[in-house]
Amino acid sequence: MTYIGQSVKRVEDKRFTTGKGKYTDDIKLVGMTHAHIVRSPYAHAKILSIDIDTALAHPGVVAIFTGKDIAAAGINGVPAGWQVNFKDGTTMKEPPHPLLVADRVKHVGDGIAVVIAEDDATARDAADLIEIEYEVLPAVTNPAEAIKPGAPQVHDSAPNNMCFDWELGNPKAEVDAAIAASHHVTRLDFINQRMAPNAIEPRSAIGHYDDSKDKYTLYTTSQNPHLTRLLMCAFVLGIPEHKVQVVAPDVGGGFGSKIFHYIEEALVIWASKQIGRPIKWTSDRSEAFLTDAHGRDHVTTAEMGFDKDGKITALRVNTVANLGAYISTFAPAVPTYLHGTLLQGLYTTPKIHVDVIAAFTHTNAVDAYRGAGRPEATYLLERLVDTAALEMGMDPAELRFKNFIPAFDGVTQPGYQTQVALQYDSGNYEPVLERGLEMVGYEQFRKDQAEARKNGKLLGIGFSTYIEACGIAPSAVVGALGARAGLYESAQVRVQPTGKVSVFTGSHSHGQGHETTFAQVVADRLGIAMEDIDIVHGDSDSVAFGMGTYGSRSLAVGGSAIVKSIDKVLEKGAKIAAHKLEAAEEDLEYAGGKWTVKGTDKSIGFGDIALTAYVPHDYPAGLEPGLDFSSFYDPTNFTYPFGCHIAIVEVDQDTGKVTLKRFIAVDDVGNVINPMIVDGQIHGGLAQGIGQALLEGVIYDENGQLVNGSYMDYAMPRADDLPSFEIDRKVTPCPHNPLGVKGAGEAGCIGSTPAVVNAVMDALAPFGVIKNLEMPLTPQRVWRAMHQ
Amino acid sequence: MSVKISVTINGKKYTSQVEPRQLLVYYLREALSLTGAHVGCDTSSCGACTVLIDGNAVKSCTTLAVQVDGTQVTTVEGLAKNGTLHPIQEGFRQEHGLQCGFCTPGMIMSAADLLQNNPNPSETEIRHALEGNFCRCTGYHNIVRSIQWAAKKLQETNAAVL
Ligand code: FES
Ligand code: FES
Repeated sequence: MTYIGQSVKRVEDKRFTTGKGKYTDDIKLVGMTHAHIVRSPYAHAKILSIDIDTALAHPGVVAIFTGKDIAAAGINGVPAGWQVNFKDGTTMKEPPHPLLVADRVKHVGDGIAVVIAEDDATARDAADLIEIEYEVLPAVTNPAEAIKPGAPQVHDSAPNNMCFDWELGNPKAEVDAAIAASHHVTRLDFINQRMAPNAIEPRSAIGHYDDSKDKYTLYTTSQNPHLTRLLMCAFVLGIPEHKVQVVAPDVGGGFGSKIFHYIEEALVIWASKQIGRPIKWTSDRSEAFLTDAHGRDHVTTAEMGFDKDGKITALRVNTVANLGAYISTFAPAVPTYLHGTLLQGLYTTPKIHVDVIAAFTHTNAVDAYRGAGRPEATYLLERLVDTAALEMGMDPAELRFKNFIPAFDGVTQPGYQTQVALQYDSGNYEPVLERGLEMVGYEQFRKDQAEARKNGKLLGIGFSTYIEACGIAPSAVVGALGARAGLYESAQVRVQPTGKVSVFTGSHSHGQGHETTFAQVVADRLGIAMEDIDIVHGDSDSVAFGMGTYGSRSLAVGGSAIVKSIDKVLEKGAKIAAHKLEAAEEDLEYAGGKWTVKGTDKSIGFGDIALTAYVPHDYPAGLEPGLDFSSFYDPTNFTYPFGCHIAIVEVDQDTGKVTLKRFIAVDDVGNVINPMIVDGQIHGGLAQGIGQALLEGVIYDENGQLVNGSYMDYAMPRADDLPSFEIDRKVTPCPHNPLGVKGAGEAGCIGSTPAVVNAVMDALAPFGVIKNLEMPLTPQRVWRAMHQ
Repeated sequence: MSVKISVTINGKKYTSQVEPRQLLVYYLREALSLTGAHVGCDTSSCGACTVLIDGNAVKSCTTLAVQVDGTQVTTVEGLAKNGTLHPIQEGFRQEHGLQCGFCTPGMIMSAADLLQNNPNPSETEIRHALEGNFCRCTGYHNIVRSIQWAAKKLQETNAAVL
């Protein structure tokens, strides 16, 4: 029986479809109290006084802590997990991010006090009784404004609101010269707008200090429980890591926003020890908008040069990236190593230079959101290519074929060295575009479009041929780039005496279906039934270590770690089997769940070997009992999925409303373990990418108020905003990991946004080349663009 | 001050004292430990909390517990019978209509409401019926397929939704 490549139905679904999933907020501990956090209503203000007396006297209130208590306890702020230095080598500015602010609040939603009460409603009632006097100060929210002289300063320690500046690529002078010498230059100035990740499960954390064991337990909505434990113990609270259990149970989506270590996690753990009872904090949606790390928010100028044949000659990019008021865990990596490094795209561009400034503003923190840097890179590249095609009167597909990097498999041919540090592992780019054109019926579409235009109907087609980098690694390289963590993964494969298998993985599933996909891999490799395998994840007491799930890394890195442990199991198993079969190890082969002496019918099954390993009576001399192996897998390179996305839209000339008529995606994510799950990942990513193009965007007003911080105001994609998707796949295996997999979690979100925007621009082509139309492409904006 | 309510939930009768301001979703989750209904928002927009009251889909985050006095409430926990998934639940499993599962109970209950009123909905009708339910994971594509699967199954077996 082979499982790999089959759309095996998910193991997880029984509990989720019957309401038996166990999410953090579903957990109730004996004696549990409830926390509510009082947050700043101002973007920038001095706290003059805080009066908690009335609130403290409110019946049912257990305790109230403020920033003063946190400071008095000597608690550090939440640290950054990545350091990017200034171009001149000086360290990035890293102002503290306190758990609760005592003196000056720096964004709407900044925590000021935590009220702990017998129940949530009482905590909220009491929070309303806290009186805080503020002196409101001027705020800045736009990163490009923030770095100008005279802008309100977020941190005294970061002059001009600069966290760092950074560059990558060929020497700037060479790129400037190449642009200047180009036959045609396409230039775009745009904003890649701020996004709210909006996992439907709001964040939640339960802290429990058990003094009888001197042990802490944190239940949290995390994509990354071990890293949360490490950061919280070592850098924030200074509590012993071996006395802290972090559990991320079922987690209701993350999309990046649950990678990071948040102040509330440390708060409930610390405060639980102070009050001697467990504490639950659960965010409501309004708080989620204000405090879950946002994504994107780049202000960018990008220029692409072409020769007279349409070959790209150079790319120059300037970006100011908004970090928000504080540096979230991986924020510095996003506009730099996950953005600048992707600017080669799929093209042979010989000269590339990117300049990035990371700026503080009086807004919520910005960090990785599905795709993290790669959507920003892809957006600017793909918008430039389609805009250039319009400007030069060329076909956008043709322009891409002209500039694609030729195919390379990374095995017989070397990887492709980009101008921006990365070396692509394997790629074959033409087929995805060819297949996309075939699926969309390109020639026919152009005819239909011309016909429609005659009838006053605006149809448009938009392309995006993207590349992304997943499974960011190896540790030594990311360390040199500023990561303060390794980016490997761990896995333990414990064969039980009966031959059943428990797998402990440091990857964390919050919708990706690891319990199914990983079990498929293990079942195939061991030749046993999937039902005999249990995948354990998300609990630091059972899983030795983990780097969590983000950056489409789970299968490429976590799956590879599992394979490594399986190899060790089989290696030891072979020794035991050789002994039992009285044969030499090299005469054995393993298939179908048993070791067979080659060329004979003498064999012994996996279950028998497992039992022998734990009941080692008749056993190889000198061999340890047991069949249980751990591994750490540190990849040798990133993986590089790619694909072609095509959107067809219709724009209503009277209202400016954009209707997405069709969406075609042809992705190459390497080998596929479970096609059904991969398709699902693509679908979800597409919806988010399309959401950015047409609907979504966090809006701060000039005072730093988040004006659309609810589901009534922030346009989440709904079922009737989207069509059914038409998807297909090509397979170019990853040459450097044992499964040949690349990662599929972010592809849909990376490729789709520019395809949709390009399609709208194509539809609007009768109005000329429109350049100042910003996402989301709301009817009002599109209508204005048609009437300017 | 609390108020006495009697309500039948998933076929079982409960009599409880509730605070007048308590929302149904918290009554279900906290008093009864029926945590299938989830809370995803505070504006009655996301539908993660959807349950059926006397057969009609209602957002339990916008309903007071006192309002269900004397009614029949069905939550996602009440659909599977004797360990067999309800056809709508099975549809979601078959067609991969869920990823993280957080929106799923609400989606399933909304689908139950839809299929009671429209046993053979078109894709457009399904998408329209789900406009009060957000899913951030699936892009809705497979949720549509899941509900189509369930509709077909219910028709083939001539079974009532509830
Ligand atoms: S929680 Fe009820 S609609 Fe969102
Ligand atoms: S499955 Fe995660 S929100 Fe729908």
